[in-house]
Amino acid sequence: MSGNTFFPASFRRSRAVSLSLFILGIIGLISVVGPYLTGNDYLSIDLYNRFSSPAMAAQSYFGTDDLGRDLFSRTLMGVRVTLFVAVIASLVSLFIGVLYGAIAGYLGGKVDAIMMRSVDALYALPFIFLVILLMVVFEQSMVLIFIAIGAINWLDMARIVRGQTISLKQRGFVDAARLIGVSSGGIIWRHITPNLLGIVVVYMTLTIPQAILVESFLSFLGLGIQEPQTSLGSLVNGGVNYMESAPWLMVIPATALALILVCFNYLGDGLRDLVDPKSTT
Amino acid sequence: MLRYACLRVLGAIPTLLLVIAIAFLMVHAAPGGPFDSERVLPPDIAANIERAYHLDEPLSQQFFRYLQGLVQGDLGPSFRYRDYRVSDIIGDAFPQSMRLGALSMLLAFVVGVSLGIAAALRKNTLFDRLISGVAMIGISVPIFVVAPLMVLVFAVLLDWLPASFASGNGASRFILPVIALALPQIAYITRLTRASLIEVLQSDYIRTARAQGLKSASIIRYHAIKPAMLPLLSYLGPAIAAVLTGSVVVEQVFGIPGVGQFFISGAVNRDYTLALGITIFYAAIVIALNLVVDLLYGYLDPRTRAR
Repeated sequence: MSGNTFFPASFRRSRAVSLSLFILGIIGLISVVGPYLTGNDYLSIDLYNRFSSPAMAAQSYFGTDDLGRDLFSRTLMGVRVTLFVAVIASLVSLFIGVLYGAIAGYLGGKVDAIMMRSVDALYALPFIFLVILLMVVFEQSMVLIFIAIGAINWLDMARIVRGQTISLKQRGFVDAARLIGVSSGGIIWRHITPNLLGIVVVYMTLTIPQAILVESFLSFLGLGIQEPQTSLGSLVNGGVNYMESAPWLMVIPATALALILVCFNYLGDGLRDLVDPKSTT
Repeated sequence: MLRYACLRVLGAIPTLLLVIAIAFLMVHAAPGGPFDSERVLPPDIAANIERAYHLDEPLSQQFFRYLQGLVQGDLGPSFRYRDYRVSDIIGDAFPQSMRLGALSMLLAFVVGVSLGIAAALRKNTLFDRLISGVAMIGISVPIFVVAPLMVLVFAVLLDWLPASFASGNGASRFILPVIALALPQIAYITRLTRASLIEVLQSDYIRTARAQGLKSASIIRYHAIKPAMLPLLSYLGPAIAAVLTGSVVVEQVFGIPGVGQFFISGAVNRDYTLALGITIFYAAIVIALNLVVDLLYGYLDPRTRAR
């Protein structure tokens, strides 16, 4: 045996988990409290103070953008919107995935085979291009973004939930429920779903960074969050145009985005290893 | 094997039809016509234009007309680039995109596999942790952040390489785009290779080989590497989709006149037929390559055929 048997590799992991959680907590806290502390809002235009660099600007930590708006407030707003969109979109995919996976796993047999074959087929679809098409064709709105991102990300969730459901339905309490005459729907809703909660929460932390990536990708292309609203993706997109003269406009939101994504990925990876040590990558 | 192959090929066709139908319906459910502009056209002219593009026909008839063209490799006329067929635009732009994508995939697999093997063999050392940490950052940081940063550092500050495709010549103008597109894939492949090789090295037959006194180097070379590569094959499908998505950003940032750039311009200008055509084209590529991967997997690992 190698290593410490009390704290196998998971111990090192859990340090990464707690550190990520801590950083995400701080970022979340600043993004909510920050705007009240500086007193600058993210929309006020100040044409006399365009492009002041973080070093020069008197009142703003991160400098100002092409319209003289305070980049600190804008970045915080971007963090809020990005996180909000990602969490809601992940909940959408969680809802679809859990429902789909639990039904397929519980009913089994032909229904299961057909449902999971469709998931296999959907895996091969380049969803992102359909989403872009959706964004082009219809009026861009937050709700559309939630639904679009949720619709991409539910496949993994459905597979995992199905696997868990199959092992859950062989347990005694499900037999007991069936014996006293609870319907299939009732068993799935009252007995299976609550027991899936643990693994679902873990995989949701892995879905959130994917949702962030999709949202910021769309916003970067100008198809996601629209002005005067902003997200980290749209901020990076705006900053790219002034990369040579005012690099901070791109570098600061990009760093924030990267930091959030790294933390979420470490968090999700670490939690998954704790719950399910067999899984790799 | 033949039965398996036939089933797989037959399974891919409805998937493609589904994408075509979804995309087609989505575009045609769009509020407002494709020719809406600030200038209001006289009704006769508007009707003429609609007739020329067959927009006055019922939806089902339009769909079958579209499918008919599709079978013959025709994706209809572009709504914005007058006198151009969508298929011609894709045909002109695709070689650039393909070169970019193929080079990136090649780079990603060569570098990713090497780093992954190196990290797996030095498991839990400083080197391994460094590689794993960098790979995690590589997975997390999106291409649209990496690509502009690379332009900023290597083109603007250091002035080593051209900042855009048009301003450079020869091979040098490919270096930054190819690396930018490959980086996230390098990170994924490194992690995948590392995890897979570590798992294989713990399996019983490797222990048997060790017990028989085989040298470590030959165990790795002849017994461990090949089975460890199998998960990489199944990652090929997602990798292709990711590279196609990434190429949209990379072509945008570096100004490469590829399919991705036309897709974005089609999207921004509301050139519905162009955006629709490119979506279907991408879908066909992804589905076809997934099919190839499936068949290869079935060939290499007979267990998957049984399902």
